Amino acid sequence: MNAEAEAFAGFTSVEQTRSSLLAQGYVAESGLGTCVFLALAMGKPLLLEGAAGVGKTEVAKVLAAALETTLIRIQCYEGLDVHHAVYEWNYPRQLLELQRRGALHEDGPSQERDIFSEDFLLRRPILQAIDQSHERSPVLLIDELDRADEEFESYLLELLSDFQVTIPELGTLRARHRPVVILTSNRTRELHDALKRRCAYYWVDYPTVDKELEIVGIKRPQVPAKLAKQLVAFVQRLRQQELQKAPGVAETLEWGQALMKLGVRELSSETLEGAWGFLLKAQEDIDRVRAMAPQLLQELSA
Amino acid sequence: MSDAGSGPDAPTPALGVEAQVFARNLLMLPYLLRRAGVPVSTGQTLSWLDALTRVELGDRSQVYHASRALLTTSVEHFRIFDLFFAKLLAAPDVMAPGKKRRPRAQRRKAEPALLSYMADKLRPFEAETELEDRDRRGSYSAAERLQSRSFGAMSERELEQVKRLIQDFRWQAIYRKTRRFEVAARGQSLAMRRVLASAARHGGHALELPRLRRKEKQRPIVLLADISGSMERYARLVLHFFCALTHAYKNVEAFAFGTRLTRLTPALRLKNVDRAVAEASGQIHDLAGGTRIGQCLSSFNRRWAGRTLGRGAIVVILSDGWDRGDTALLTRELSFIARRCHRLIWLNPLLARQGYEPRAQGMAAALPYLDDFLPLDKLRDISDLAKHLAKLQPGRGSRVAFH
Repeated sequence: MNAEAEAFAGFTSVEQTRSSLLAQGYVAESGLGTCVFLALAMGKPLLLEGAAGVGKTEVAKVLAAALETTLIRIQCYEGLDVHHAVYEWNYPRQLLELQRRGALHEDGPSQERDIFSEDFLLRRPILQAIDQSHERSPVLLIDELDRADEEFESYLLELLSDFQVTIPELGTLRARHRPVVILTSNRTRELHDALKRRCAYYWVDYPTVDKELEIVGIKRPQVPAKLAKQLVAFVQRLRQQELQKAPGVAETLEWGQALMKLGVRELSSETLEGAWGFLLKAQEDIDRVRAMAPQLLQELSA
Repeated sequence: MSDAGSGPDAPTPALGVEAQVFARNLLMLPYLLRRAGVPVSTGQTLSWLDALTRVELGDRSQVYHASRALLTTSVEHFRIFDLFFAKLLAAPDVMAPGKKRRPRAQRRKAEPALLSYMADKLRPFEAETELEDRDRRGSYSAAERLQSRSFGAMSERELEQVKRLIQDFRWQAIYRKTRRFEVAARGQSLAMRRVLASAARHGGHALELPRLRRKEKQRPIVLLADISGSMERYARLVLHFFCALTHAYKNVEAFAFGTRLTRLTPALRLKNVDRAVAEASGQIHDLAGGTRIGQCLSSFNRRWAGRTLGRGAIVVILSDGWDRGDTALLTRELSFIARRCHRLIWLNPLLARQGYEPRAQGMAAALPYLDDFLPLDKLRDISDLAKHLAKLQPGRGSRVAFH
């Protein structure tokens, strides 16, 4: 099969890819830019791993926006199966149809085939993604794949290599435009190697100070530069601590917004109180950080 | 579409000499990675070559990220990848134009030299090697010591028998209901697809009602054994015990701890039991040291809990609870584990002794978080544990007393 993907406007080089993402408010370092570019150019799924809240899901969203195409999202969970992810038959309709025919005495040998036709098909996200009606490639986000069972992962293998879905009663359906596939994982378990090998792999790390400042500047322009600097420096320090749940970029942004709403313009031991819950998500962490906050602040101002 | 990478308006710039050298060296990358134990398939290599035609070969960062994205599949491989990438970047090229050609003999030597250099570099890559050496100094080899130690009051022959008995032991798997369904004669809900297909064959009358029931899956098991000074005499036996469990169940993760945490799973998976145990004991280097249970559980929680405790795991900690570390830390880490696993079981060899009360600091602090607090002193205790595991209810039992 020819794996050649179609050309994506605005994504014909690494630099262009980065600036297209930036135009959507996403700061992509050169590594991520390279991977997104290659995933598009080579028609490969992109597997993003990393801690929670570093902006993995966001990549798919901005990509869909930049490509001006539909974003189709599957949130994985334990027990996710073909009927929730790909397709399901519309049983009530089938039943009604059978009874209607029964009443009209329209018996025939082809009955079974009739009710298993496209009319009675419920299209779940994956089937939607390979639907023929798309004018251009949609972005298919398979979020937190590590939460799904291994059975679902195996199912994805067929989908990701051929972009086709086989429905026993109907036959094989194939995408007209290969969807752009983004997979994310928080690594609550290892994904199968077979699946990973089919993907371009990128580890999304916590951002550097400069990058995080840039993100805050773009996403929360109302936060004054001085406060932004303090916020970022503080959060970066926290990530070096052994916390149960280190704050991600999402938390930095939420926290910044919360502090703004509280009217805080500068970090101090007093102003810090009250908005902890936006930054830290475990009581033990809050207790620990609260205890060391004065010292951290002192170090930051020094 | 051959010009996808660099459009017609952006012709590939002629590569500098340095970049040409680098590009040539680069082709060794998959080979080197494979030799270093990073699995790289042919398909991956082909994709990678394809990717290289699409990025700017002169741009190091692009080449680096393209290669890393397509040749590695795990963040754990990044360090080894980085090492090779940097070396290939710096490696000399004997064919470089403009420079004097080196004599043939030297040229032939260049590649093997690079390879053996790489191979050398790989050895200390097991990060802990340096620490290991320091730990060992002044004492004798940990493995030897393990082997020369007898188990409590037992003679060597008795010990052998015990080990064999442990290996032959039949472990009954512990299942949990998953959220996936399978068709069965009985079950909570109807298998609608089957019902409808059959109804269609019978003129719209559902004559058969096949049902769906929830699939069952074995629970993951996490084993954590204390092998510090006070537990030392049990260490060998414990390894056999763990080895038996690893072979009997799917999804077992085994760790040993004393002053620090060692993961034993890969070693214990070896088919040959004696080799597996020898390999595992060879990896433990702080035998007979002090115990810092809290510290070790903490590093377990940071590095492994996320990947091992999901899906209703059963955690078995094996320790006498003598802890030199910080009790507050121990409490915190235990509560972390207790909240995330299905059942937390603590096996304590001392519990079998008459009149024993869990007064050792660590043990007393741990009690409120345990589901089960059981002895492990005789062979019978192991079979009792097996019985206990087999009859665990799907729901969560109440916590042990002694609050």
